Amino acid sequence: MSNTTQDRNLEKQFVTAFESNVGRTLNGTNTKLRTLRTKAIEQFEKMGFPARKDEAWKYTNIGDVLTHDFQVRALPPFMEIDAVDLEPFAIPGLDAHLVVLVNGRFSQRLSNLGDVPDGVIIESLESAGETHGDLLETYFGRYAHYDEEVFTALNTAFTVDGLFLYVPKGHALEKPVHVVNVQKVDEDLFLQPRNLFVFEENAQAKIVETSVLLGGGRTFTNAVSEVHVGERAVVDYYLLQDQGDEASLVTNTNVYQKGSSVFTAATVTLSGDVIRNNMNVLPDAAHCETHLYGLFLSSGTTHVDNHTHVDHAKPDCESNELYKGVLDDQSTGVFNGKVFVRQDAQRINAFQENKSILLTKEATMNSKPELEIYADDVKCSHGATTGQLDREALFYLRSRGLPANVARGMLLHAFAGDVIEKVRVEPLRRLLDKRVSNRFGW
Amino acid sequence: MALLEVKDLHARIEDEEILKGVDLSVKSGEIHAIMGPNGSGKSTLASVLAGREEFEVTRGTVSYQGEDLLEMEPDQRALAGIFLAFQYPVELPGVSMNNFLRQAVNEQREHRGEDPIGAADFLKLMREKAALVELDPQLMSRSVNAGFSGGEKKRNEIFQLAMLGPTLAILDETDSGLDIDALRTVADGVNQLRGNDRSFVIITHYQRLLDYIIPDVVHVMVDGRIVRSGDKQLAHELEDKGYDWIREEVAVA
Repeated sequence: MSNTTQDRNLEKQFVTAFESNVGRTLNGTNTKLRTLRTKAIEQFEKMGFPARKDEAWKYTNIGDVLTHDFQVRALPPFMEIDAVDLEPFAIPGLDAHLVVLVNGRFSQRLSNLGDVPDGVIIESLESAGETHGDLLETYFGRYAHYDEEVFTALNTAFTVDGLFLYVPKGHALEKPVHVVNVQKVDEDLFLQPRNLFVFEENAQAKIVETSVLLGGGRTFTNAVSEVHVGERAVVDYYLLQDQGDEASLVTNTNVYQKGSSVFTAATVTLSGDVIRNNMNVLPDAAHCETHLYGLFLSSGTTHVDNHTHVDHAKPDCESNELYKGVLDDQSTGVFNGKVFVRQDAQRINAFQENKSILLTKEATMNSKPELEIYADDVKCSHGATTGQLDREALFYLRSRGLPANVARGMLLHAFAGDVIEKVRVEPLRRLLDKRVSNRFGW
Repeated sequence: MALLEVKDLHARIEDEEILKGVDLSVKSGEIHAIMGPNGSGKSTLASVLAGREEFEVTRGTVSYQGEDLLEMEPDQRALAGIFLAFQYPVELPGVSMNNFLRQAVNEQREHRGEDPIGAADFLKLMREKAALVELDPQLMSRSVNAGFSGGEKKRNEIFQLAMLGPTLAILDETDSGLDIDALRTVADGVNQLRGNDRSFVIITHYQRLLDYIIPDVVHVMVDGRIVRSGDKQLAHELEDKGYDWIREEVAVA
């Protein structure tokens, strides 16, 4: 709960923006969704933005960023963008269903969906409100709990558009879905894209999400994604965050897994101002597999905070987390990994590892694994290490004639490579490898 | 002129003085063995020669090919032809043998003003040198030393030695932990690498390795100093009488 006058004014700004636009909502005619939004804004007003004393935001001073004068628009501006402007941000060699969101809004013109198999839906969340109202009513807001998390509340209240992806039962998408979040603004802007991903029983898909800030101002993005992973479904979700240091980001990804499903996520952050990722997974039936990976390379004053939350509600599941960071300059990082194993969730294997390398004395990392285990027959482990590059390893390479900078680059690349090799979309993996290599000079 | 000339070398780590006046002169093509009990400073001498930063040289000089070795960075020393075979080779997960060695070979070539080695030549060179120490070529696609057995790690050191072709090779207890077959393999590899323009300093706790690699000079190091030097007979004498014999002699003198 925040109480300062300044924050209150900030929150008031959102409430006012909401009130002046009540009619212009996602599927505005749908009573259920409209009610949800009204409840969400009320909840937002009640909770307020997090203060430093909130445990979940202890190391991320989000208030500092929010007090910057970001404009709040109920309807984000739809800026003119040429396809050619996006070419530098393509992933070389990636053959995908391309979805382009401009300031969070689905661009039919810039998207290139290609052949979409029968029954698969890739469309604007806004239009899906009308074309697939039943699906939206079933899934929208089901996993992103506006009553528990303030940014989720705010996003729910302001949802206008985003991506709706639906893969029906038994269908495997051969090509990945590449979602490009393009931001182009002519003022410092607060943006709130919303995605809904539904994978029915035995469906398979890979999603690659990248972001681009084309300039014009600073942005604060409050993104929420909901992911329904049906029984035996296999879903990969890759998030690449590299918008430059004018962009701040809070993401909430809420994943619900049904039995025997496999969900893999990798979040890679290469630049940004203040970034907070909340990855929440609920494996809600037996024999689920959950793999969460993260990598960030920070420099300057960038701040990257990864919070994961895996709630093992049912037995015989496995979760596996590996988060790594390389922090340069005065950059800061946070990892907070929560694993709950509820009383009836026996035979859970949950592993969590967080490793960070600090390249300077000024860089700071806060790492906090939290395991709460109420079942007795489980295998859980966690480990967190933060330190400098291994001196002995550096000496070994230098003793073979490699100059200090090459030796250092080689070791850092190898350190990051551990996460990158988990990426199962080859062109993306190659691109990430190249970015890392460019960063470290090897 | 000697290839390596160590004079009155003193070195310490933190507050502990380990080398207390080492004198050593190695000529081109010679093989020197340095023996001594645990803690006598043998490995420290190897580390200081290779440029390990934890050690601080407090007195003395080391000249290599007429240059002040102590002024050189570890990688400059390597490019100048010094090679240290580590007692405990470091595991480098994620760094492939291939990339690592190719970079190392190319750093040497660049230093000599040569073009980078071609892929086919590199492969050929690697196969040829791996055969010297019977190292499985499959290991080349793996990470450096990661998951290698103890014997594989030691053979990997000699393999790298062969790849880089140094002028002065320092073997820091390469024999420790090796079974007799592996020891023979390593020794055979070293013997094939002997030459008039390559010198070896072999640090060992036991005489056994010296049955296979015949040294020109044997030195005994005790308490941070070389207290006695002789030919290969000295190694046998040590094996029979033990290090206490030397200690007592030194004490009497």
